[in-house]
Amino acid sequence: MNLSYAGRSYPPTEPYEVGREKIREFALAVGSEPGDGRTAPPTFPIVLSMHAEKQVVDDPDFGFDFSRVVHRDQRFESVRPVRSGDRLTVTVEVVAADTVDGNDVVTLRGHIREADGGAPVCTTTSTLVSRGER
Amino acid sequence: MTATGETLPRRTFRVTRGDLVRYAAASGDHNPIHWSDSRAAAVGLPGVIAHGMLSMGLVATAVTDWAGEGASVREYSTRFSRPVLVPDTDEGVTLTVDGKVAELRPDGTMRVDLTVSCGGAKVLARTRALLVPGAVAGT
Repeated sequence: MNLSYAGRSYPPTEPYEVGREKIREFALAVGSEPGDGRTAPPTFPIVLSMHAEKQVVDDPDFGFDFSRVVHRDQRFESVRPVRSGDRLTVTVEVVAADTVDGNDVVTLRGHIREADGGAPVCTTTSTLVSRGER
Repeated sequence: MTATGETLPRRTFRVTRGDLVRYAAASGDHNPIHWSDSRAAAVGLPGVIAHGMLSMGLVATAVTDWAGEGASVREYSTRFSRPVLVPDTDEGVTLTVDGKVAELRPDGTMRVDLTVSCGGAKVLARTRALLVPGAVAGT
């Protein structure tokens, strides 16, 4: 893994438009009432962040093996809930990249903002461990 | 009126392989360790495990159901300390979620600390949510 990637940010994603049925589908999958699909559950932003992290997955110069990944830590900081009709972009930042005991450990932060105007909505912080081959 | 030390009603969630497939579709997380025993074994796991984000999402449901309509979650964090193995059975496994109000802050927000276990073992660590009560959130 290329440790020099710590501190690097990827370009913002194309806007993601949040749909009511997507919110309802996600709510059901996390054991919640689907409701009217207007307000997303607290962990819904991970859908956008994981999608945005595809840039990191597909970056051959980074060399982080996502096929062996286990999720270690997760944090959400929300300015407001995500709502249906939101158009949101995600800017992925590599906060930390390190090799610990033969495992590659990466912390990625997704800055989720309104596509129009850039108002912040949520920040997701994920620490992922790619288990080394033993 | 909520007080520090108040406990949340215990919630349990059954998790089966079907639930993992449903979460994979809803979230877009199609990592094969959540549906293939052989792929899970290839990365050193004893079998298919639940998405950490599914566990975290179920716990969030327990919190928001308790907090009620209009409340929102300002901060929410956890460590996935132990994998949740999900056998290929009708029963699957059961996650048990307990919580208590740990802090009422001057700004009106409330910290809730959660304990999450499966088969008697804690599977999440340092699980905390900072809530904005409904009347304050106004959203």
